[in-house]
Amino acid sequence: MIKQFTLMVESGKNRFGEQEGFETIEIRSGDTLAIVGPTGSGKSALINDIETLAQGDSITGRRVLINGQEPPESFVREPAFKPIALITQNTRCLADLSVEEFLLMHIRARKPGREDLLEETMNLANTFTGESISLKSRMSGLSGGQTRSIMIADALVIGDTPILLLDEIENAGIFKDRVIQSLQRGNKAVILVTHDPYLALTADRRIVMRRGGVASVIESTGEEQQLIEDLALIEDRLHQIREKLRQGASFSSVSAKVLMAPARQSLQLNRL
Amino acid sequence: MKLLIIAGPPSGGKTAVIRQVIKNLPEGSLPAFLKIDVVHATEDQELAEEFNIPVKKIYSGDICPDHMGILVLDDALRWAESLSRNILIIESAGLCLRCTPYTTYSLGIAVISAISGTNSPLKMAPLLALADVAVVTKTDLVSQAEKEVFRESIRKVVPEIDIVETNAIQGTGLRYLMRRITEHPDIGPDQIKLRGAPPLGVCTVCIGKKEIGWKNHFGVIRPLDMPEPLYRGD
Ligand SMILES: Nc1nc2c(ncn2[C@@H]2O[C@H](COP(=O)(O)OP(=O)(O)O)[C@@H](O)[C@H]2O)c(=O)[nH]1
Ligand SMILES: [Mg+2]
Ligand SMILES: [Zn+2]
Repeated sequence: MIKQFTLMVESGKNRFGEQEGFETIEIRSGDTLAIVGPTGSGKSALINDIETLAQGDSITGRRVLINGQEPPESFVREPAFKPIALITQNTRCLADLSVEEFLLMHIRARKPGREDLLEETMNLANTFTGESISLKSRMSGLSGGQTRSIMIADALVIGDTPILLLDEIENAGIFKDRVIQSLQRGNKAVILVTHDPYLALTADRRIVMRRGGVASVIESTGEEQQLIEDLALIEDRLHQIREKLRQGASFSSVSAKVLMAPARQSLQLNRL
Repeated sequence: MKLLIIAGPPSGGKTAVIRQVIKNLPEGSLPAFLKIDVVHATEDQELAEEFNIPVKKIYSGDICPDHMGILVLDDALRWAESLSRNILIIESAGLCLRCTPYTTYSLGIAVISAISGTNSPLKMAPLLALADVAVVTKTDLVSQAEKEVFRESIRKVVPEIDIVETNAIQGTGLRYLMRRITEHPDIGPDQIKLRGAPPLGVCTVCIGKKEIGWKNHFGVIRPLDMPEPLYRGD
């Protein structure tokens, strides 16, 4: 499997036949890109073009090259050679298999002979979710969060590909920060569709989607650093309030003020 | 004349794949379409309107639709030839998973959806085993891992089969199928034969007699506690 690569997306057309707002997007190991835009703006289609290494044969007409060339057919068609893992929005798995059978079959497809990866995958998956998953659980019976956790761990351990695509992982009952930490290990290129402001702002680049095509690509310049720090504070507050609510707390107007005070202060300071 | 035989269970995406095939045929292709079904089908009208191509439909009624297809195939080829067409596309009813409608000279395409269950390839082994290409549809509805596990499940049944994965509504991934179709040779001079040996009209159930119980039937029958079927009748 290739470890050093440049993935290049060549522009196509949006839903109205207009040329997209870029010529090429180059993606290298270690890059993080966020894809943002309203529902129906073409985010998943872009992810799918990359996953299938489209060659002008999808609706958008985009071409996706690896190291400047059309990738060999095996990259697209043979899971064992595929340099890309995709975690889709699905939070249900329809396979009529146990977790163990499912993962073993996927190991056979991606990493024949590496049955030892089963345990590692399970352990990682169980760090992403609070609802523990057992090998004997049925795939179709898992909760949304459990399914997501398995799929992400599967992509990281069994796929172990240099390119990772994630379609809106944030709203699926998983420990987001642990997932992000794991994703950032191993110098992978990570491309994620997200509505989460923190995830979008911390990416190196943001691809902005509109009307079925890419409207623009925004480079992060460092000017958004302060906003990122504010968001981190707000996230932290939100997390605290969420946890308290989970424990059954109720809030008086005073305690609410106290909880939000640090976030308020820092926001006011920034405005000055 | 080229012959494409598309088979697979109902709602698997056969017609969706055929639409994409017709749309993407190389220049100079003149397709004709035959739909075989049991009692109801509308594909012929839809495709005629959409692509302005000659179409035909046949209902098999009480007979196994795949058997019906075998009986009419010769006439259908002559029909398409009389209209100066150079590619005949046949869509099977997809109800009989035991029969395989593929013939010599044809490109046999089994269409099966990624959401039909991991064990479904096992259940329709003959339909897959004798096909040239397995097209897996509805990959847009499953995760990548699930798609790859499904692929593995097909490989278990038919290790060498060419697998093409697609979202047939959009046509993604079908470039590999189109290449197979483009490269496929025309029908040659020999007699066209079935690839497999499907169970033919072997009993009176096959021809529409409704009573249950072997005592009410003739032909090849089987009581519950008999290990092998036996022939009953003149
Ligand atoms: N989402 C999705 N739907 C599909 C796909 N292929 C077919 N369908 C839908 O599934 C249904 C059955 O497809 P059809 O082609 O009529 O199946 P047939 O009975 O085998 O001819 C239709 O509603 C199609 O629009 C696919 O790849 N993705
Ligand atoms: Mg149909
Ligand atoms: Zn039959």
